[in-house]
Amino acid sequence: MAAPAVLALEDTFEEFLELEKSKDLLRFTTAGSVDDGKSTLIGRLLYDSRNVYEDQLESVTKASAGRAAGGIDFSLLTDGLRAEREQGITIDVAHRYFSTARRKFIIADTPGHEQYTRNMVTGASTAELAIVLVDARKGLLPQSRRHAYIAAMLGLPHVAVAVNKMDLVGYDEDIFRAIESDFRKFLSAFPAIEPFFIPISALAGDNVVSRSRNMPWFHGPALLEYLEQVPVGNRARQSAFRFPVQRVVRPNRDFRGYAGNIASGQVRVGDNIVVLPSGKTTTVAGITTFDGDLDEGQAGQAVTLTLSDEIDVTRGDLIAAADDAPSVASSIDATIVWLNDAPAELGRRYRLKHMARQEWAELSAIEYRLNINSLAREAATTLEMNAIGAVRITAARPLAFDSYDQNRTTGSFVVIDPVTNATVAAGLISGAANSGAGSHTDKVFGWHVKNGALVISGKGSGEPISDAETLELLKALLKKLGIDECF
Amino acid sequence: MSGLSHLRQLEAESIHIFREVAAECQTPVLLYSIGKDSSVLLRLAQKAFYPGPIPFPLLHIDTGYKFREMIEFRDRYTAELGVKLIVHTNRAALNEGANPFAWGTQRCCGGLKTQALLDGLRQGGFDAAIGGARRDEERSRAKERVFSFRNEKGQWDPRNQRPELWNIFNAHIHRGESLRVFPLSNWTELDVWQYIHAENIPVVPLYFAHVRPMLVRGDTLLPIEQPFVPRLPGEQPELVKCRMRSLGCSPCTGAIRSDADTVPRIIEELVVMRRSERQNRVIDHDQDGSMEIKKQEGYF
Repeated sequence: MAAPAVLALEDTFEEFLELEKSKDLLRFTTAGSVDDGKSTLIGRLLYDSRNVYEDQLESVTKASAGRAAGGIDFSLLTDGLRAEREQGITIDVAHRYFSTARRKFIIADTPGHEQYTRNMVTGASTAELAIVLVDARKGLLPQSRRHAYIAAMLGLPHVAVAVNKMDLVGYDEDIFRAIESDFRKFLSAFPAIEPFFIPISALAGDNVVSRSRNMPWFHGPALLEYLEQVPVGNRARQSAFRFPVQRVVRPNRDFRGYAGNIASGQVRVGDNIVVLPSGKTTTVAGITTFDGDLDEGQAGQAVTLTLSDEIDVTRGDLIAAADDAPSVASSIDATIVWLNDAPAELGRRYRLKHMARQEWAELSAIEYRLNINSLAREAATTLEMNAIGAVRITAARPLAFDSYDQNRTTGSFVVIDPVTNATVAAGLISGAANSGAGSHTDKVFGWHVKNGALVISGKGSGEPISDAETLELLKALLKKLGIDECF
Repeated sequence: MSGLSHLRQLEAESIHIFREVAAECQTPVLLYSIGKDSSVLLRLAQKAFYPGPIPFPLLHIDTGYKFREMIEFRDRYTAELGVKLIVHTNRAALNEGANPFAWGTQRCCGGLKTQALLDGLRQGGFDAAIGGARRDEERSRAKERVFSFRNEKGQWDPRNQRPELWNIFNAHIHRGESLRVFPLSNWTELDVWQYIHAENIPVVPLYFAHVRPMLVRGDTLLPIEQPFVPRLPGEQPELVKCRMRSLGCSPCTGAIRSDADTVPRIIEELVVMRRSERQNRVIDHDQDGSMEIKKQEGYF
């Protein structure tokens, strides 16, 4: 049973406070169309976990009276804007907050129509889990596939498929199993996703907060129990150390530090690091915070690093583990989602914001546009709003990045129109353009001189390399340094 | 290694937002409203720029009707932190007799808050105003961006907001346009109090239960700091043990009956009590969807 965030009598209040402090946070996203009952599900989660205030409930009960449905219209708890309340639709991303005794939750609630792909992508970008709603009477619709695809594309490790309105199909197990089987076939194309299938009725409350008596054939946890137990944050913790520099902190002559949030991995005082894209290497001298110096920092923490050597580091640089460094390239392949009314223009220069770095960048090629319904790759010369496409982007200066699959922070960017200032696209990096096997051109990250020897650091397989490959590395390094000819 | 607690995660995300504003905007300002959220904002700003100073000034829009204890706290605490404080008041409206009873709450807020804010931002030439609004406060705020765009008139267009993905923020604006930035977007009221408790952050004493003179009208407890608050025939203030759950102008902020005189007791009360914090704010309820309309016009 999921436990609501109320005070149990046997707890002392200090114990409660300690428990509260130690809770972790799960961000999840929901998408669905007008009739899927998504707003009802969220309203139900908030209401049944006792996260709705009395006066809010009074105000929606008042508003519900003016509409057709009797009783409480849970969807009114979540449909925020006047236009939406009047039209009965959800048109943007809305954020909801609730907590249980075990965990805090942030919901990014988005509409599910095709024309709102951009909102789904936005909602999924910060989420670790997606709830895909399926109407038990209708089965697997294109929008359910679309939502699952977007969840997979944006690297969400968990997808909960909630087959809703089971009350309207007599809580029939066969109907649920048929939908589950259909959806499993579709999801088999995305092996990274661990799906969880659950039959529910948001309206009647079956399997939402507590397990339903109407479906004894279902042995899994209720939806909220599942949400309370899903592991969070593992990937960022387990990835290599990445630290985008947001700010150079220099309050006086004695202190020069680099402030940022640890995007992934851990860092300890003394660790070898490389600063990219310059490729200079040094070690971490200190980890400073307002609350005192630390010996180590972990993914998610906001800290200020000081380095052992005085090297040039500016906002937009990426500090990374020297022995597991990211790629550096100016030309990248990426999947982008177009977010703006004005379509993408091939050959045009846009601003690219990648972590704390901004570069001019040209949209140099559109490889294909993805048909989000059939998942077919179609030839395209432009991308309209809500289109998903594979593109090549060439930045004015080199970017330090990982593929989005490996790292959601160092592998993502947004595209900004330099004239309107609108955010026109979201990008997920696949890798360096032309990064064919055998080439080390994009694999040189840094160099330093140690005991009279030139040490080039790179991301290789760990195997010994041939003389020819060493020469190629050296050439690549010289090219990086702006020296084109020397032999 | 296990992950960060939700509070430390929210803290780090807010610090990230502060550093982005400071780096990407020319002349940011922190809108300081003296309340608990402002106190949390100040602590997060200290952390974001440590060991350096907070690199922007504070702007307080003083309607002239704030509680006396709020102003005392403001002056003491900002001096203690060594931050630069700018106070802006719409003197012209006050001289014309603006108060919620003479003008009605909508017109009074429009003049003393919305207009004063727009004027204060324009006079300071600020291109980004950092505020403590949270998405859990009110329905229309649930859809507000962290970096929220305002046109040259300071207005918000909820139908045409910039998409905001991952933690990448777009701070580009044209001359005359501005941004409102909300580092506490993802915090809830409970998170704020837990953080105040965990960090031992000073807040205005009005938040703590104390015996105070109040006009008692049914469930409503009305403070009597301003002489223009009309009395009913024969009405006398009563001494009531009460506290403020949110702080605004004294004529429009009701108190609640409470024994919560410490931060843990406030948290305990919050967990038990099931009424939302803006419920005692008269201005939010003057028409359906009223906060959304105020925000479109330029209100914070």
